[in-house]
Amino acid sequence: MTGLNQPVNAAVNETAELIARIVAGEKQLFHELIRPVERAVFVMMFMLLRNETDAEDAAQEAFIKVYRNLHNFRGEAKFSTWVLSIARNEGLGWLRKRASRPEDPLDPVFDDSAGRGDFTPALLTDWREVPHEALERKELGQCIRRAIINLPQIYREVVQLRDVDELDVQETANILGITAGAVKVRLHRARAMLQKELVPVLKGYAPSKKEGTSGRRGLFGRRV
Amino acid sequence: MKIDCKHVWEHISAYIDGDVDSVLRAEIDRHLEHCEICSAVMDSTRNVVVLMADDRVFEIPAGYSERLHRRLDTFLTENQGLAND
Repeated sequence: MTGLNQPVNAAVNETAELIARIVAGEKQLFHELIRPVERAVFVMMFMLLRNETDAEDAAQEAFIKVYRNLHNFRGEAKFSTWVLSIARNEGLGWLRKRASRPEDPLDPVFDDSAGRGDFTPALLTDWREVPHEALERKELGQCIRRAIINLPQIYREVVQLRDVDELDVQETANILGITAGAVKVRLHRARAMLQKELVPVLKGYAPSKKEGTSGRRGLFGRRV
Repeated sequence: MKIDCKHVWEHISAYIDGDVDSVLRAEIDRHLEHCEICSAVMDSTRNVVVLMADDRVFEIPAGYSERLHRRLDTFLTENQGLAND
């Protein structure tokens, strides 16, 4: 969906070649280089800053930093991982600046041990799958977005990278500077919180007949 | 080994990601066969995960890309070289 998950080798070669040409002086190719990560950078900024205007301004600044540092990219990480790390630092910088504005306080601080043990899901005895088509109704997307945005930051970031951008565990860990194990723990808690919050809302969007469901307990083929 | 509901909940996220070993997966599957609550919790969690990946949840503001590339154009025109830091 985000363009971050193209076939690995072809994308890596193409990206490396583009970067080499930009560094050599064909700077207009920078536009082409960043197109696949534009969306993910905006979403990252929006998740951090929770304001569209700030997110857009911060995304522009982040891409300028990416350009300025392009010659430092060594290809040890995927280009998208490297860009998102730079974008996250930029976003965190905006958050710190904002912290000095009393009308816009930072999130309360959460650490990984916060709330340990309180991740009981919403209990129910039947679930009819809500299909993607239900997102044609704008309010459903808004409910899901609000639930994600209201998560504490450490959970919000993991959900963004793993479930919205669909990056793998290791890429997520690299961007956040945490271990793969911590990514899994946070993701588990975040998904439990979201399930609890969203199940009452989503129930209203389920098809009325059970025949409308599909894919029960099937494997998703998601990357771990 | 028979596992209880709480044990299943602890592994829901890993199960959805295919990140549980085959023994545990088989135990969870056996539990899900007869536990309506865990089945519904698993299905609803997976449904939330699937919906979150849809682009329509986080829509990008209209004109975002155009404004970004315009800003970059201005920047690239004004800045001849890459930073050396």
